[in-house]
Amino acid sequence: MITYKDIIKPENLVYRRTPLLTQKTLSFCPGCGHGTVHRLIMEVVEEMNIQQDTIGIAPVGCSVLAYEFMDIDMQQAAHGRATALATALSRLMPNKYVFTYQGDGDLAAIGTAETIHACNRGENFIIIFINNGIYGMTGGQMAPTTIPDMITTTSPYGRDTKIMGNPLKITELVAQLPGTCYVTRQSVHTPNNVRKTKKAIRNAFEYIKQKKGTCFIEVVSNCPSGWRMTPLQANKWMEENMFKHYPLGDLKVPSNENVKQ
Amino acid sequence: MSEVKLMKGNEAFAEALIRAGTDAYFGYPITPQSEVVEYLMSQKPYETTGMVVLQCESEVAAINMCYGGAGAGFKVATSSSSPGISLKQEGISYLAGAELPALILNVARGGPGLGTIQPAQSDYFQATKGGGHGDYRLFVLAPSSVQEMADFVPLAFDVAFKYRNPAMILSDGIIGQMMEKVTLFEPIPRRSLEQIEKECPWATTGKKPNRERNIITSLDLDPISQEKHVMKLKEKYEKMQAELRYEEINTDDAEYLIVAYGSSARICHKVVSIARKQGLKVGLLRPITLFPFPYKRINELANKVKHILVTELSLGQMVEDVKLAVEGKVPVYFYGRTGGAIYTPVEILEYLKTKL
Amino acid sequence: MATKVKGAIVIDTERCKGCEVCIPACPQKILALSKQVNSKGYFYVIVQNHEECTGCTNCAIVCPDGAIEVYRAKVEV
Repeated sequence: MITYKDIIKPENLVYRRTPLLTQKTLSFCPGCGHGTVHRLIMEVVEEMNIQQDTIGIAPVGCSVLAYEFMDIDMQQAAHGRATALATALSRLMPNKYVFTYQGDGDLAAIGTAETIHACNRGENFIIIFINNGIYGMTGGQMAPTTIPDMITTTSPYGRDTKIMGNPLKITELVAQLPGTCYVTRQSVHTPNNVRKTKKAIRNAFEYIKQKKGTCFIEVVSNCPSGWRMTPLQANKWMEENMFKHYPLGDLKVPSNENVKQ
Repeated sequence: MSEVKLMKGNEAFAEALIRAGTDAYFGYPITPQSEVVEYLMSQKPYETTGMVVLQCESEVAAINMCYGGAGAGFKVATSSSSPGISLKQEGISYLAGAELPALILNVARGGPGLGTIQPAQSDYFQATKGGGHGDYRLFVLAPSSVQEMADFVPLAFDVAFKYRNPAMILSDGIIGQMMEKVTLFEPIPRRSLEQIEKECPWATTGKKPNRERNIITSLDLDPISQEKHVMKLKEKYEKMQAELRYEEINTDDAEYLIVAYGSSARICHKVVSIARKQGLKVGLLRPITLFPFPYKRINELANKVKHILVTELSLGQMVEDVKLAVEGKVPVYFYGRTGGAIYTPVEILEYLKTKL
Repeated sequence: MATKVKGAIVIDTERCKGCEVCIPACPQKILALSKQVNSKGYFYVIVQNHEECTGCTNCAIVCPDGAIEVYRAKVEV
């Protein structure tokens, strides 16, 4: 009788951890979506065989350690300025694939101006935006994307929109700018969503190859530590609350959708 | 072919960027230096040398674009004036921390705050003592002519790349706005990506199979290795003393010494000549590099002059370094105008005479 | 002799942080936290009934730490 042990052979391998992730154990909290997105980016870079031509930018926040895990040339940017670095890199090396990997505080608070103007200029790079509605690295403070009544260390009684404003829908904002060619919102908490996110990342790299303009991928993600929940509770809470404010799906795709699948 | 032209300091700087093989310039409008980005946009070097020229959404974006380009080994530059340079300080600290070469021009104006658009030298501390956070210094050149606004560009780039450290040209509204004859140096071609990768093996141009990935960062959470990194910067700044430059006028027989830089040095040329005509043996030492600073030479001159007068268009900032250099051997006096007001040579001479 | 697709997974128990995100992702519901912990103190995930695995890769692609390898083969039953 053939048992599962007989199947574990190289020729039967259908999925393994991409070698473009370094051997270092990912430092993210258990169940955090950052790890998944790191993996998906490196899988796409591996599949497109563009490790030699891809440069990533990690700003400040939980994403700051990305260059410990992604085996590509990377730069660490000041908080909020990743899209400025990417602007220079993509203009100076138009044939390279440049992406930023930013959290909501980085991209939608301190980096708002850089985000909007890079998109408005249609800079040819990819913005990967992890929206978990909180500042994770610094211990769970409120972010512009924190949803109403959400408790954080700086909205301990829940975000009061009368005093602290409403969740900033930056993705909807940049979708209005002619410079963006592809704007989509995904998540990585279920296998189906992971497949869609990977597809979105692959699309973005293809659009960059064709110099179609700025690609903006928001990944609504969890923050088990910041939200004070277990990963599974966080994913459930995310579905029931975050997705109401940040509905998943494509907001904008290039008009002549002729990207080879 | 080198050319002789009548140009504004700001334009000479911009033309020098093109001729120095600069890869990218990131600017933002602010008086009194908007001509730099205007000139570059009018020359369209992106059609000739391929140089990137971009007007950014802010000075903060501009300095961070420099960081991105510098991290890939490119020759990058930005310019602004005092308030804009304050906005760039975090980015400049990052450039120094990540050991990245970049050229920053400050066409200084009166401060603090919005201040004025008139020229001043009140950014000396910011430029030479590390205006941003952390232990770092900039290589700082102080032009006092339109010619130097052009010639200091390739020099600043050479030193920046030699030491992998940002370099600043600290000019002011006088030097930036005035027009003078300038001999423009022969153009240097931009480096190819292969050249960049050879000269800057640390650059993030895409991980080649034959090397580890390159990471440009100034982050190190481990205090011991971060301290080691900062000590490495310290060594760099000690080595940078070799780049010291200054000029001396009539100091051989000087009984009184003036120390002044940039536009103040120009004004003091006249002070020296008027004084000499009146039989007063006055000499001038003009620091050309503000970091490294000519401490040793000033200390030597202090042995043979009765006193030293420092003149700055500020409340007095470089004067502190001169006092450090002199070590109390002779009195160090200060005469300054600030807020955009400018002294005349006669005014300075009158003050000097009250100290005889 | 019908052929059937059989799967198998290998979990890097040192990389696993016991986040449990893969557990509901498995259509066969054969994943669970073990009673043992790895060197970091995490209860890592184990396969309860290996023979039920179809090698669909759901668990692997949803794992934030890339700790799961998946194998699949057609076998004679």
